[in-house]
Amino acid sequence: MALLEIRNLHAQIEDNQILRGLDLTVNPGEVHAIMGPNGSGKSTLSYVLAGKPDYEVTEGEALLDGQDLLDMDPDARAAAGVFLAFQYPIEIPGVATMTFLRTAINAQRKTRGEAELSTPDFLRLVKEKAGELGITQDMLRRGVNVGFSGGEKKRNEILQMALLQPKLCILDETDSGLDIDALKVVSDGVNALRSPERGMVVITHYQRLLNHIVPDVVHVMHKGRIVRTGGKELALELEASGYAAYGQDAA
Amino acid sequence: MNIHANPPRTAAEEALVAHADQRVAAEPVAGPLAGRLGELRRAARDAFAANGLPHRRVEEWKYTDLRALLRTAAPAPAPVSTADVAAAGAEAVAFPDVRRILFVNGQLVASASDLSAEAGLSILPLSEALASGQGAIEKLNTLAPQKYDGVLALNTAFLDEGLVIRVDAGAHIARPVHIAHVVTGTEASATYTRLLVDVGAGAKATFVESFQGTEGVAYQTNDAVELFVGDGAHLDYVRVQEESLSALHLATMMVEIGHETKLHTFTLTTGAKASRVSLYGRFSGTHSHAGLRGATLLKGGQHADMTLLLDHAVSNCESRELFKTVLADESRGVFQGKIVVRQDAQKTDGRMMSQALLLGDEAEMDNKPELEIFADDVQCGHGATAGSLDEDLLFYLKARGIPAKEAEALLIQAFVGEAIEFVENDGLRDALIDRAEGWLKKRVA
Repeated sequence: MALLEIRNLHAQIEDNQILRGLDLTVNPGEVHAIMGPNGSGKSTLSYVLAGKPDYEVTEGEALLDGQDLLDMDPDARAAAGVFLAFQYPIEIPGVATMTFLRTAINAQRKTRGEAELSTPDFLRLVKEKAGELGITQDMLRRGVNVGFSGGEKKRNEILQMALLQPKLCILDETDSGLDIDALKVVSDGVNALRSPERGMVVITHYQRLLNHIVPDVVHVMHKGRIVRTGGKELALELEASGYAAYGQDAA
Repeated sequence: MNIHANPPRTAAEEALVAHADQRVAAEPVAGPLAGRLGELRRAARDAFAANGLPHRRVEEWKYTDLRALLRTAAPAPAPVSTADVAAAGAEAVAFPDVRRILFVNGQLVASASDLSAEAGLSILPLSEALASGQGAIEKLNTLAPQKYDGVLALNTAFLDEGLVIRVDAGAHIARPVHIAHVVTGTEASATYTRLLVDVGAGAKATFVESFQGTEGVAYQTNDAVELFVGDGAHLDYVRVQEESLSALHLATMMVEIGHETKLHTFTLTTGAKASRVSLYGRFSGTHSHAGLRGATLLKGGQHADMTLLLDHAVSNCESRELFKTVLADESRGVFQGKIVVRQDAQKTDGRMMSQALLLGDEAEMDNKPELEIFADDVQCGHGATAGSLDEDLLFYLKARGIPAKEAEALLIQAFVGEAIEFVENDGLRDALIDRAEGWLKKRVA
């Protein structure tokens, strides 16, 4: 069974039709890149899958392991295995990062009927994963993303992903705002999560990220639909030709 | 000029005047200050008889019409029984590592209080302080505002129970003093208590007062506090108001801030059907810092009013006010804050902020911040916000698997936490966080 099956998805925000009949199938173990010009609906797709309330699905379906995703609350989707790495991770003053991580992990475990993680196990896990991503103890003590640089916020997203071990990772322009070193750290973090059971949807405007996170399948999205699908060489082709064919320049 | 003639007295006002007359006539106090006390009571009684309860046409009480809220003058409480004391002792908030003093139904219970001696600290029942004329008692009521305050007038007319505490110059009192007020019994009563704290030069101390009572009983609490912070002293004062949801809680806090002092006050309000805190602060010495903060969490039809008047009378002082209000259901919060910067108070640095979180569609917040500045070289600002929980923050938390109710609780906790974190004493700060968390859990349950 496909991990993610999207059929004929239509979605709008405030009467603005953004997704217009999108189809996408992601099998376990696959990494799919979705590229496309600005305004093609890439971020909307990620928000619709994660359950952001501002978006209204008007037609179509999205199934995770055959389960109707669109019918679930955002927290239930997360517990079922959906993870969205946000393009602009938000600051939450007053909620310490550690408290947040722990609450999230245990809430998901509880929803799945699993026991809570013990304090020593939790601390050991965070220490290990944070170390790999260069996230310091000081950052973990601060409010979620408060005072973090753009790169630190993205690394914090990947830390959450590593801790929550989702089935389906959706990365929304994770490369935006990253310098080359930070891009490497983040990509290594993502690659470490590649596994035969896990699927990934990597949304990006540029080919650059795909040098580090090499996709199995590349899609081009335009006006709310997938208009072209190919292998990783498609990304290189787009890099050379730009999105001119889709009514917009590459830059 | 008051252009409104006072309306005729209500039945409650008539009864209050009659009760005050009995108090003034019946209890002559012996000792050197007996005459002074008699004068104070009589003057307060007369002022109340002339002006009555504050109502909505009195500007400071516009949002909290006490004349309408106080329809019945509750009688004095019955004498406290042993059972009452045991029940109260068990119910009172347990703060870690504090010296606890217990008031039951507005009466000091010495047998259930830690009044043991400690170097640099003197704790006297008000009656003893009056009888001996010693200590800080001479300062009694000297911080009362010029302008008529009906709640303080009543407190003074009924002045009888309370504590007079002196912290000697240079003394560092490590263990916080907790004054626990508990109202027991099933009959509504009115209690009047007074706390006077005189912190000597260079001394350091922490005080916490808590207020609780029997659920379902419409008792009335009227408590007044006078804090004198001496030169170079450091005082933390915390107030936890968790009265019965049927009770009326009226509080007056009066503070005088000396030279190069540090004062922090914090009020946590979750109780009472209706409550009001009037806070009068005055800088009388330069280069001092005052942080006046609070968190209020209300539900159902609760009403809570925090009104403060801070007088920057001298130069080079810094004040920070931060009040957080969380309003569920159809509850109503009021914040009125006025900072006066006098002509001589150059280099004043004052910042006042009131923030409200409206959880219920019917909830209401009334914010009225004011600055009155007569000096020309000052930095002052104020702000007031009222809004609901940020949808983007909620979505972020939910997208990580945290259910809606838990996500809301996390954000509310963070919201009030921004004010609580200024409480310096670790044990008290943690206890306040726990109590706010407890309120959130009860709300969800």
